[in-house]
Amino acid sequence: MAVANDLPKPEFRLSALIYDTRYRAITIQVIVLILALLFAAWLMENVRSNLALKGKDIDFSFLWRRAGYDIGQHLIPYTNDSPHIRAAFVGLINTMVVAVVASILSTILGVFLGVLRLSKNWIVSRLVGVYVEMFRNVPLLLWIILTSAIFSESRPQPKDFKVIDGVAKADMSFWNSVAITNRSSNVPMPVLDRPLPTIDTPWFSISTSLVAIAVLLGASIWANRLLLRRATAIQQATGLRPTTWWQSTAILIVPTLAALIAMGFHLDYPVFKGFNFQGGLSFDHAFTSLTISLTLYYAAVTAEIVRSGIQAISRGQSEAAFALGLRPGRVMSLIILPQALRVIIPPMISQWLSLTKDTSLGIAVSYLDLRGTLGGITLNQTGRELECMVLMMMIYLIISLIISAIANAYNSSVKLKER
Amino acid sequence: MQFTRTEMLPPQPPPVSQSGAVKWVRENLFSGPLNTILTLLSILVVYYLLNLSLPWLLHGVWNASSLTECRTIIAANFGPDAGGGCWAMIHARWYQWIFGFYPPEVYWRPILNFGLLFVAMAPILFSDNLRGSVKLVGTVAVLTIIALTLAQGPWWVFALCSALMLASVAVALLAPRYLLVATVLYPFATVWLLWGGSIWGPVTAMLGFVVLVLVYRPLSPRLGVVMATSLAVVAAAIWWGVLDSYVAAALEQVVSLSIQPVESDKFGGFLLAFLIGVSSISISLPIGILLALGRQSDMFLIKTLSVAFIEFVRGVPLITMLFTASLLLQYFLPPQVQFDLILRVIILVTLFSAAYNAEVIRGGLAALPKGQYEAADALGMDYWQAQRLIIMPQALKVSIPGIVSTFIGLFKDTTLVSFVGLQDPLRGITTIVRADINWKGIYWEPYIFVGVIFFAACYGMSRYSLYLERKLHTDHR
Repeated sequence: MAVANDLPKPEFRLSALIYDTRYRAITIQVIVLILALLFAAWLMENVRSNLALKGKDIDFSFLWRRAGYDIGQHLIPYTNDSPHIRAAFVGLINTMVVAVVASILSTILGVFLGVLRLSKNWIVSRLVGVYVEMFRNVPLLLWIILTSAIFSESRPQPKDFKVIDGVAKADMSFWNSVAITNRSSNVPMPVLDRPLPTIDTPWFSISTSLVAIAVLLGASIWANRLLLRRATAIQQATGLRPTTWWQSTAILIVPTLAALIAMGFHLDYPVFKGFNFQGGLSFDHAFTSLTISLTLYYAAVTAEIVRSGIQAISRGQSEAAFALGLRPGRVMSLIILPQALRVIIPPMISQWLSLTKDTSLGIAVSYLDLRGTLGGITLNQTGRELECMVLMMMIYLIISLIISAIANAYNSSVKLKER
Repeated sequence: MQFTRTEMLPPQPPPVSQSGAVKWVRENLFSGPLNTILTLLSILVVYYLLNLSLPWLLHGVWNASSLTECRTIIAANFGPDAGGGCWAMIHARWYQWIFGFYPPEVYWRPILNFGLLFVAMAPILFSDNLRGSVKLVGTVAVLTIIALTLAQGPWWVFALCSALMLASVAVALLAPRYLLVATVLYPFATVWLLWGGSIWGPVTAMLGFVVLVLVYRPLSPRLGVVMATSLAVVAAAIWWGVLDSYVAAALEQVVSLSIQPVESDKFGGFLLAFLIGVSSISISLPIGILLALGRQSDMFLIKTLSVAFIEFVRGVPLITMLFTASLLLQYFLPPQVQFDLILRVIILVTLFSAAYNAEVIRGGLAALPKGQYEAADALGMDYWQAQRLIIMPQALKVSIPGIVSTFIGLFKDTTLVSFVGLQDPLRGITTIVRADINWKGIYWEPYIFVGVIFFAACYGMSRYSLYLERKLHTDHR
């Protein structure tokens, strides 16, 4: 009987650090670590000597000094007496507002366009194709500049809305409720006459009326769910589904409507007074044009993602659905889209991410987002490039990481569970 | 009696509603109520857009010396209320959108450089398609020679450049493998052609790579790839850091071969966009490959470093990277080192696209079946042999479409350099032209012009990427 002897274990020699694959990994890592540390030290030393040359230091205390500049669009209380850090926070909120609004709008529009792109209707699919190619192949910056130009060049000045001798040069649109001037868009603002008290904190104030409405709406949606579940249970038991549409409409609308009426809800219309519009909600064109161009551009990108996602579903799926007698609309909503969603979501995540990053292009229309405040005016006023840039990059990085973490968690929850 | 028909009836044409255009229209445009509504809406949209833009486009004026003259001509021809494009502005200033403030007497240099770019890319773009490569090089040679005749320049320059382009066509036809020589030499030729000055600077810089190879070759069998590469890099770094400038100066003393130098701040327009885009994507490709491999590595430290770099770069907007280039990079370099802004921007954009390329290549690596790695191991290949001979050729092939779309995105994003004071075609040059007293107040025309050029370039590249995707999609369907 042959006995297979293990080879004697080679004893460790120094040369094994290079030649033996078991040890070489450690050698390489140690060398890389040393090099990385040396490189970092070199960078730090350069920063130190450069700062010393310019007579600067690293100091974040400027963040608590008076900012001294105004921000047109601020969703939390802000004046030019507020500190720089508050200005940065206002900018961060502005960044997030554009990112969220444009993400939602572009996703809706993009899904719609992506489905239309595959339509059998020749002219519709061609038209959407032209739209998609046109927007995707031209820099986003161009669309931002053009959108803002359309507002500032083709809209009348506020003073043209002034009524002189019963005639105004320009008229408000939508039954005298919306006025788009070359500076801003003025739309009606929902107002409550008898609001619930607000809770003031040093950073922001919470309107309890809004919270109450949100809670009410949430409760209605939950009640509606219960109703639908009950209807499904009855359907399972008896085979007949009770009519629920009027009940769910009532559950969804009536409580909120009642609360709104109780709090004295009405619309405050913009009115021309003096030199500009008073009242109503005024959106700066920086915000509007940035949101519109981001929406249109990313809708084109989303449409492509949706189209390829739908095309990735094998034809057998839709053929089987048609064989079962489903109508085309239901085939799309019940069979194709749920499956396509799994293909669509990962690229969509990176689209939302790049949209969030691209809000920084607001620089082209002087939108005061995070880059405009912390990385713009604050940086120029205080001359603290290093601190401002590092802080700004860290904030953008954290936003990106949070978005991708949330989206990845969602992605793994809808992923096909394979065994 | 027989009632059987003896001859065939002639075939009847199908009913009108079932053939030809009518059938097509019925099936494609008016197949149901929803479709009819959509069709009508689309026609309305098309009509509205054409109604808005067509008169404006048709009333365009190509020959005028200022915006006011344009407007007088339009008013004279089409009535006082007619609007029209003033394309004369493009006619007068187009060269600035292409070359920025590059000296007009040496326009032949960027033109030749742009032509050579395609010669250098031909062996990579059409690696296994000889006819495609010849077609590309031939077309580019013809176009370059035409462009050179339009540019001012001494006759001998024209003759020399034309000879160079024709020679590349000949090489592409007869010995396509040697086109790779052009690919290797191209980066150094670019630096020399665009910035000018002595030829010896780029040549000695190239010699640094020769030093690298000369050190690497004998060492790699004995020390392994990683060690040999590190030593070779050190040797090359010594060459570049210490010896390079002396040798270049000495050679310049002996044989002076220099052309008119051009300062970086003269660069602008699409020249700048292409310079930043092409150099960043090509330098970032090897870095991207290394990062992708690092991200897949078993070694914890290397993996961590790669992931941290990739995620950091992908997490911040490009514009912050550009501001880093203009405001911050100086802090991280020794005080005596001064780079010019274009170079700093290229460095940061390179790092930026390296992270994106790394993710694309990682996708290519992940698409490879595990069997390929195992087969390479079974053949006894070491890591680098397996990567070079088995893994990378396949993974890169799969990722080329992704790399092309990264490049399209990057090319579009080069417009952002206007925010750090470079003259990109979209904002930089346009602002300068609009500040001219003759063209003050012009708005849409420059943006449409730049937009059309960007569209043509990006659409062309995305079609190429689609062609590649189809060509590379060789599995059974």
